[in-house]
Amino acid sequence: MSNPGKHGAEITSAPYTHENSSISRTMLLVMIALLPATVHGIYQFGLPALFVFVLTIAACIFFEAICLVIAGKPVRPYLLDGSAVLSGWLLAMTLPPWSPWWLATVGAFLAIVVGKQVFGGIGQNLFNPAMVARVALLIAFPLEMTSWVQPQPLFSADTPGIVDALAITFGGAVPAAYDGVSGATILGYVKSELGQGVPLYDVLADNYDVFGLATGSVAGSMGETSAILILLGGLFLLYKRIISWHIPLSMMLTLTVLASVFHLASPERYPDAIFHLMSGATMLAAFFIATDLVTSPVTYRGQLVFGAGCGALVFVIRTWTTYPEGVAFAVMLMNAMTPLIDHYMQPRIYGRDRKGEPIQYSDDAEITE
Amino acid sequence: MISVNAQKLFRIRGGVHPQENKHATAGCRIVDAPIAQRLYIPLQQHIGAPAEPIVRRGMKVLKGDLLANSQGVVSAPVHAPTSGTIHSIGKYPAPHPSGLPVLTITLEPDGEDKWMALPPENSDPLSLEPEAIAGQVAAAGIVGMGGATFPSAVKLNLRKRYRLHTLVINAAECEPYLTCDDQLMREQPDGIIEGIRLIMRALQVTKAIVAIEANKPEACSSMTKAAAAFDEITVMTVPVRYPMGSEKHLVQALTGKETPARALTADLGIVVHNVATANAVHNAVRYGKPLISRVVTVSGGAVNRPGNIHTLIGTPVADLIGLCGGFSEEPARIIGGGPMMGQPLPETRVPIVKGSGGILALTAQEVARKQAMPCIRCGSCVNACPCGLLPLEMASRARIGDFDAAVDFGLMDCISCGSCSYVCPSHIPLVQYFSHAKGALTEQQRRQHKQEEIRRLVEARTERMEALKKAKREAMEKRKKEIAAKKAAEKAAELEKRSQAGA
Repeated sequence: MSNPGKHGAEITSAPYTHENSSISRTMLLVMIALLPATVHGIYQFGLPALFVFVLTIAACIFFEAICLVIAGKPVRPYLLDGSAVLSGWLLAMTLPPWSPWWLATVGAFLAIVVGKQVFGGIGQNLFNPAMVARVALLIAFPLEMTSWVQPQPLFSADTPGIVDALAITFGGAVPAAYDGVSGATILGYVKSELGQGVPLYDVLADNYDVFGLATGSVAGSMGETSAILILLGGLFLLYKRIISWHIPLSMMLTLTVLASVFHLASPERYPDAIFHLMSGATMLAAFFIATDLVTSPVTYRGQLVFGAGCGALVFVIRTWTTYPEGVAFAVMLMNAMTPLIDHYMQPRIYGRDRKGEPIQYSDDAEITE
Repeated sequence: MISVNAQKLFRIRGGVHPQENKHATAGCRIVDAPIAQRLYIPLQQHIGAPAEPIVRRGMKVLKGDLLANSQGVVSAPVHAPTSGTIHSIGKYPAPHPSGLPVLTITLEPDGEDKWMALPPENSDPLSLEPEAIAGQVAAAGIVGMGGATFPSAVKLNLRKRYRLHTLVINAAECEPYLTCDDQLMREQPDGIIEGIRLIMRALQVTKAIVAIEANKPEACSSMTKAAAAFDEITVMTVPVRYPMGSEKHLVQALTGKETPARALTADLGIVVHNVATANAVHNAVRYGKPLISRVVTVSGGAVNRPGNIHTLIGTPVADLIGLCGGFSEEPARIIGGGPMMGQPLPETRVPIVKGSGGILALTAQEVARKQAMPCIRCGSCVNACPCGLLPLEMASRARIGDFDAAVDFGLMDCISCGSCSYVCPSHIPLVQYFSHAKGALTEQQRRQHKQEEIRRLVEARTERMEALKKAKREAMEKRKKEIAAKKAAEKAAELEKRSQAGA
């Protein structure tokens, strides 16, 4: 045989061409889509936000590497797939920007080790790793996880200098000078005021700033602030076909319908749809978290069901539970439903009916020209 | 009502848009290859039983002489591609990934390229009876030239079992790189049209549709012009989407109807033939020429001068690559067919066969195969699958050897088009898992069949032995009884004698 080593030795099956997609390319595009909102968030909340961001991602890479070594997997290709970086990035987007270093580190551990690697690594996890970490942190450290600050933009007089920033992230306490900057998110504020029986229009009168929610000049996590920049990133992902429109649309549509129905019925108790869409992590979840490839259904029909479930649960949790924000819980609950949705939403096989039996045309006599 | 509307097209599910790469050879005029020093003609170039040789070593043959007869219903004969001497009949590597040798006739051309005694040209082939057309197509050894290589005459006889109304000519040529059908349609549309009319007559249908992908406007206009005189033949442009050339999907695009699982398009009254096959039918019926040559696209990034080559069956692949200026760089892969469904060639000694539409020498960059990573359940494969399957689930079952579960997810409905592997961001070789599983299942069925056969034989033998034993026993008992009766009779007789004597 002439030269089998070159052409015949490792015979693998067709096709011998590829659209040149890869996991790392997918992850990279998601990060590019997150970049504008991230840069804006770091600008709004200053150096401490940058520290938390870098620290969370670094810790995720660290824990990922350790797990890969323990599992005996090749470290380089799996680290380069970018999934650990993205999990860290998404987690950082949902933490309070002035979180202490240990909160970020514990979060990274929860995301990578508990949320992903114990299931068997990339592709095997049932839940979105960043949401596992966020929910676990919220339950374990409710105070730290709800310590929000008003924006203190970089280059402004109020922004913490490098020493203060280091103290905020690594010092264990926010310096006394910044006592006045803490503030609730709009969702938290509305929840507590409504709880005290204040009618909604009084609550919102001074604090509801749609422009602020859209551009991100409000208290909250980096991913919660600028709805517009998140939306832009989401549209970029749609354009690049990294995600499909099914989950974002069905999630936002469901939330819109539910919010509108209740708002129309009782406007003094239920905020309108715009409020729900623009506040909190709705946009981030719709485009970046619920659309996580691993933990969402594989068929378009399944994704519609999944998105609708997320939207409904967000509304239910925000409206009738003690938590002001329900995105993380909603996504995780629907993650748990994904295998079931996939089971029931299988596509119909060519030439067969939904039951899997070969198609039968009513009568042979009908086969004519 | 299942009808073919010449205006309207229907959507097919899934599919992909692989990079076409047809520009390298699109518009390249078909060039005749010189006769090779030796031609290697495999006895099996078709689906079905291999042909049975009727020539011996050392015999002289003329171009077009029958070399081997078809065997059985699904089979096809092979003919001498040129005049010369039979050098040997033996095993030679075939264009198949295994590289295993198959029975092959080696012909040493004498360079004269002298035809056998051809019948006079049939100036009115369309007056032939359907049976006669099918008979001549069978005798000419014509098989599906789109790559499936199913004996064409068998498909021409489908009218006996199905109520047919439409012939669809598959000229989609949806595989990247390949332009041999495109070029054939540009250069020889009249022959193709006559072939189509002959097939229509053989099938006894009143309508034909030539389906061409929209990326071949020149072929489309050339065919439309040639078909203008015939109202019953319509040339239609179908969207560029792989696998449009899968016959069941092409029929769906034209009619909106899916062919039922495990059935043929003939169940919808439609028969599909490849466009190059139609040309071969024309040559066979009008001129009496058997299928001994074809047009092959030689292309790929590692080929110096890609082109479309008209070559004799049996020409070594290496000759064609040489004709195209050889390799510009060491190819990562040499493929027979297109990059989506083609097969890797074990070496370049292997010959061109009736089903070879393309020879591609691809660079590593073109193949773009990366290390496989774990599945991330992105669903790309599900959306790309034209058959509505869940490739990721099938592969995960096949990988652990749970073939029955893979079948439950639709393994047997998979057409191995490769769309799933093409889009997989994890570069999982999905089609390879499916091929492996299908192979293992076939083997398992064969073994099970064998076991059942053995059990049946053993049981039959036991039964036979039992019957034999029983018969023996009965015979023995009968004899015993007889002996006993005889003895008793003798005794009685003796007693009587004695008593008489005593008296």
